[in-house]
Amino acid sequence: MPASFTSAADLIRLLPEIILTVMGTFLMVLDPILHKRSSRAFGHLSILALAGGIGGSVYAYAHAGPAFGGMLMVDGFATFFRVLVMVVGILTVLPSYRFLNRQDAETSEYHALLLFSIAGQCLMAAANELIIVFIGLEISSIASYVLAGYLRDDKRANEASLKYFLLGSFATAFFLYGVALIYGSTGSVNLIAVRAAISGQNAPEPVFLGLAAALMFVGLGFKVSAAPFQIWAPDVYQGAPTPVAAFLSAGPKAAAFAVFLRIFMTAFEPIGGGWEPLVWISALLSMTIGNFAALLQSNVKRMLAYSSIAHAGYVLVALTARSETGTAAAMFYLAAYALMNIGAFAVVSHLSGRGERYQNIDDLAGLGQKQPLTAAMLAIFLLSLIGVPLTGGFFGKFYIFKAALDSHLYWLAVLGLLNSAVAAYYYLRILVMMYMHEPGEAVEAVEPLSLGLRAALILPAMGTLFLGIFPAWVLDFAGKSAALVK
Amino acid sequence: MNLPALVLLMPLVGFLAALAIPRRLPQNSRAWALAVSLLTFVQSVILAVRFDRGLAGEQLTLDLPWIASPDIHFAISVNGVSLWLVLLSTFLTPLCVLISWRSIQSRVKEFYAFLLLLECGLIGVFLAQDLFLFYVFWEVSLVPMYFLIGIWGHERRIYAAVKFFLYTMAGSVLMLVAIIYLYNRTQTFSYNAILDMLASGKLAFAPGEGMLLFLAFFVAFAIKVPLFPLHTWLPDAHVEAPSAGSIMLASVMLKMGTYGILHFCLPLFPSAARTCAPWIAVLAIIGIVYGALVAMVQPNMKKLVAYSSVSHLGFVVLGIFSFQQMGLDGAVYQMLNHGVSTGALFLLVGLLYERRHSLEIADYGGVATAAPWLSTAFLVTTLASIGLPMLNNFVGEFLVLQGSAIANYTWTIYASIGVILSACYMLWLYQRVFYGEAGQQVRSHVGDMGPREWAAVVPLIVMMVWMGVYSQSFLPSIGKTTARVLDQTQINVGFRVEARPNRAPTTPEVARAR
Repeated sequence: MPASFTSAADLIRLLPEIILTVMGTFLMVLDPILHKRSSRAFGHLSILALAGGIGGSVYAYAHAGPAFGGMLMVDGFATFFRVLVMVVGILTVLPSYRFLNRQDAETSEYHALLLFSIAGQCLMAAANELIIVFIGLEISSIASYVLAGYLRDDKRANEASLKYFLLGSFATAFFLYGVALIYGSTGSVNLIAVRAAISGQNAPEPVFLGLAAALMFVGLGFKVSAAPFQIWAPDVYQGAPTPVAAFLSAGPKAAAFAVFLRIFMTAFEPIGGGWEPLVWISALLSMTIGNFAALLQSNVKRMLAYSSIAHAGYVLVALTARSETGTAAAMFYLAAYALMNIGAFAVVSHLSGRGERYQNIDDLAGLGQKQPLTAAMLAIFLLSLIGVPLTGGFFGKFYIFKAALDSHLYWLAVLGLLNSAVAAYYYLRILVMMYMHEPGEAVEAVEPLSLGLRAALILPAMGTLFLGIFPAWVLDFAGKSAALVK
Repeated sequence: MNLPALVLLMPLVGFLAALAIPRRLPQNSRAWALAVSLLTFVQSVILAVRFDRGLAGEQLTLDLPWIASPDIHFAISVNGVSLWLVLLSTFLTPLCVLISWRSIQSRVKEFYAFLLLLECGLIGVFLAQDLFLFYVFWEVSLVPMYFLIGIWGHERRIYAAVKFFLYTMAGSVLMLVAIIYLYNRTQTFSYNAILDMLASGKLAFAPGEGMLLFLAFFVAFAIKVPLFPLHTWLPDAHVEAPSAGSIMLASVMLKMGTYGILHFCLPLFPSAARTCAPWIAVLAIIGIVYGALVAMVQPNMKKLVAYSSVSHLGFVVLGIFSFQQMGLDGAVYQMLNHGVSTGALFLLVGLLYERRHSLEIADYGGVATAAPWLSTAFLVTTLASIGLPMLNNFVGEFLVLQGSAIANYTWTIYASIGVILSACYMLWLYQRVFYGEAGQQVRSHVGDMGPREWAAVVPLIVMMVWMGVYSQSFLPSIGKTTARVLDQTQINVGFRVEARPNRAPTTPEVARAR
């Protein structure tokens, strides 16, 4: 290793992670100093840190390139996902003010853990070495295990946390096993070097490579809640505090997909023909299991959990396409999905009331009459989740299935789109409840929208519509960044 | 500014502004919706005046780039068919506003906002010349109708609304696959560019490929038409929708399907369309007879009219797949006729419902004594609907039957049964509802039409007579466009139909190997 291992440029490229970690640590120190009455400051500070992190990652992008001897790769792809997870972070903090206040659980740990988790995800987005991926994954996961059980007096939250932790560590172990196999057979953990080793003359035994790819697929499949590794998602989403569930369904998922795309589209690209059937099956299973199971749910959070499994399936379709258009489509879709899903969860967290009593679809009855704005925003998110034109969800699906058809995956595209027609049914159930029934107990008890919630609803709704009407901005950037450094 | 764009955007602007009207001023919402829809109608009349009826192609084109990659344009234009369908939409919307004036009392603001959004979506479907844009409007028009049925409908409204949404959605995702596939083949969504490629031979589909694409489009359209056996969503949606919803659904929304078949399916996939034509014609004839038979036994007025729609739309599909100039002309004319006369039927049934709060035929009887003018209007509409000469449906049905007779005489024989049956069920309906002894409920509740209702009914009656007596106002421009469609369907077919001057319409088509 050269003496000047850490240069200024390296630090600049690590700026978002630095900002988030520093602020996270600062918040933990601040907790005993700031008394409970000024607990709103925690939220303000996290938003400040996240905004700073977004600025930092844009600044880092201006100095794009590899950092720390190729361990990190700050490119458009990394920047896209860094900004995305930090936007998700902001949209998680906004509804949390009211939520934490209602549950009497305003502490700085919540925000600190959130920032650490996001820092880990930023690291995953920029990781160019399997070890860094693993470190990022762990930072992100361990913080989210704790977050899932944050309401420690809540039995379901405890169950969610424990389940998430046990299955999550198991999955990470699988991933690590895959990394070990790769290191053993290629002598490197750097993605570019691995790629070179795989496609070179002295390529290692395909058995090892296949095994390694499969093990990593298991680990990452768990993180993105793709079938058949999706079992944990409904229980965890249902049990976790609603803003946390929103975060889990968007942030870690986006970051895990970033890693997924980067590993499989760079290091494992030469053996693409080998893993394509695997992803194909997983994509179809995720869409089908997610959508059909969601049809039967009566709990909104659980339904959104199954829907998020289905949406992971759509993104896997883009991965199956194995092309730059596919990568760009996946990026676009994840952005659209994060906005619409986190918005939908924000409405649930708004309605759930103290102790999260109201989580059933029936509890949304009559929301359209009682709080037209909330209902209209949720309607936009749901229409986007269905995939109605002029919303981000539609364009996301459109690009994904276009990429799939480009790669001649006709059956997958047809089955996927028919799946999305099935999905329409359970999203419509919520619309029906909101607009076509008389207000029920839950809606009568709903509080007026707070400023944070208003922002947490309106911003993603505007984003969803913006992605639906002017998709070109985001898509152009995604298209440019989809050509990963190989 | 581009006139079609103006007609398209007016209701959209109206919709956005309607959202800003305070909830406590429902009267403002009504007035606003009426003003916007009337203004849109005036604009579309100007459009019709400015439209050059001597030309066959697309006119008043507007083409703005929307999304760079993939190359999606905001491309709209009018042709001799879409012009009248746009006019139909803009003509019916103010009438819908008028008849909903009193019957819609809850969430008035949203109702009229959705009605305007629906109008925009429908107009967009008829104007779009970019396949992607077409799909956008196609889907977007679904949402307001879903809410119109689901919020303001009758008892089983939720079931009907969801069924309606899912049926259409399931069909249209297949169409989306086909649209994306076409884009991957041609690198463009521009419908005209694709047609040019087809005409110049740069683009040719393998038989299996063309057939699958045709079916993907056709199923989406056939669900909307609805073609037997895909019609089961329609009676539910019609019966449960509020009057305005039923009118827009029957008069305009169903035409999205037939227009789609005519405008997209035939020119894009002529060989597949011709291969499937006999099968589709048989389904259409089954629809004609089946719809009529089922209509006959309905105890519910709206359901009866809904099944009569299945029957009438069968004529349209039969006309299109006769591949004869007359058949196509008749099909398009029948689209407009059905829009006017079935729209009027739903409107009048809505008026009856407003008075007696029942749709059951058994609850009526003797309405003619209680409301003579309403009965007269209903009679004229009934006669129009069964195809009495001098009224509009006669012209359309005659042309369709004539056209199908040239193609296949057997089809005509069976389809004509539908004409007879339509007289049976409509006149029987009229007899049961309007004649006989007026019951206590009818006498105390059913009064004659007020000025607002007159204003909604008279334009429809005028149109029925106009279209029945002087079809020359409409047919020439329709004929120009359908002739072009026919011409396009002969590209890329295995054989060419020999064009002979002064071909007598009764001589069978001469096909000759190329």
